[in-house]
Amino acid sequence: MSIKVMRATLLKDLRMEWRSKDAINSMLFFSLLVVVIFSFAFNPTAEQSRLIAGGLIWVAFLFAAVVALNQTWARELSNQVLDAYRVSPAPANALFLAKVLGNFLFVIVLEGLMAPLFVVFYQLRSVGPVWQLILIALFGTWALVVNGTFFAALSIRTRNREIMLPLILFPISIPALLAMVDSTTAILTGESVPDFWIKLLAVYDVVFTSVCLLLFESVLNAE
Amino acid sequence: MVGDNGAGKSTLLRVVAGLSQPSRGSVRLLGGRNARQVAHLIGYMGHAPLLYDELDGMENLRYFAGLYGIADDAVCREAMHRIGLDSTLERRVGQYSQGMRQRLSLARAGLHDPQLMLLDEPFSNVDTHSASYMAGVLGRLRDRGKTIFVVTHQAGLVEHVADEFVHMAEGRIVSRESAKRVSASVAADAGGAG
Repeated sequence: MSIKVMRATLLKDLRMEWRSKDAINSMLFFSLLVVVIFSFAFNPTAEQSRLIAGGLIWVAFLFAAVVALNQTWARELSNQVLDAYRVSPAPANALFLAKVLGNFLFVIVLEGLMAPLFVVFYQLRSVGPVWQLILIALFGTWALVVNGTFFAALSIRTRNREIMLPLILFPISIPALLAMVDSTTAILTGESVPDFWIKLLAVYDVVFTSVCLLLFESVLNAE
Repeated sequence: MVGDNGAGKSTLLRVVAGLSQPSRGSVRLLGGRNARQVAHLIGYMGHAPLLYDELDGMENLRYFAGLYGIADDAVCREAMHRIGLDSTLERRVGQYSQGMRQRLSLARAGLHDPQLMLLDEPFSNVDTHSASYMAGVLGRLRDRGKTIFVVTHQAGLVEHVADEFVHMAEGRIVSRESAKRVSASVAADAGGAG
């Protein structure tokens, strides 16, 4: 039943996002602004770009992801729909994983759309293997959304939840962000091997996914 | 369940539904130690509609049916039909009238044929026609052996359906009376007013 509930919740969220396009439009607009403004502000050479692009890309995606993460539970709060889920026999973790998968898809789509713009505006080319960049994107995005979805749920009952989420999420994401930035820079410059950072990201994902799954039911039913 | 605002009616309903924890004591329900254990036997209709505005009626019911392991579309169509809504209506719930929302909310609460239905102000902001229709639906459910627990300010609407009226004040049950006595009192009030 968990898989069916997860699938139904994911499809429902995708359908609602397809109709409203609230999250994806806000994320795209925000990321686009970051790409253009930083490009004009610094006007970096190709060499400088390779050094700063790792940080720039991931900070842009982190901030953009917060937009989607804040939307995640807003729909469940409207009309108090979350109560309908809470009184049902459906497992809490199915809801959590569906939300994480939904956010993961939104952010991955955003990254797919923005990556070519980063390449063009910052004259980037990969010195290291591209498949490792894809691996970093998958692991890194999962790290952001799994914690983000959990902490967004934790802050839904607070008055300033839009501010609360980054306040909690950013400090706890620092190890993952560091791994994402350093590994991306390593691949773009070819100056070091990103294997350690990729392994760190994988471990971070496993640890935080497990902890979030263990704690989510308490968060969902907290008053 | 009747009483003034702030009497604790909705809080009691939420405690029974397992949505709130009692500050003291415990709730035993349908043989289970808590609402979670017997969630499939309980239907809850909150003060808010508990529906997604961005989805249409059938999409909402399909999703909530899935939470109870119901995959058959016919169940959702039947639930829509029972409360007098058209299952082919593609209008989103956000564009429904208040009466339609409340009816759909009632359909959602009863989708999985629960043994116990907990309804919080089901007639609030609903026009007379919809309210009477919903009261009729509740009567038919009662006749099918369902236990229905209604929190309302409009006791007159359920006087022909209810078996018992429970009065609450300041978080306590202060009196219980049979529906017949309440009906007589409502009739007397109406006569006096006339």
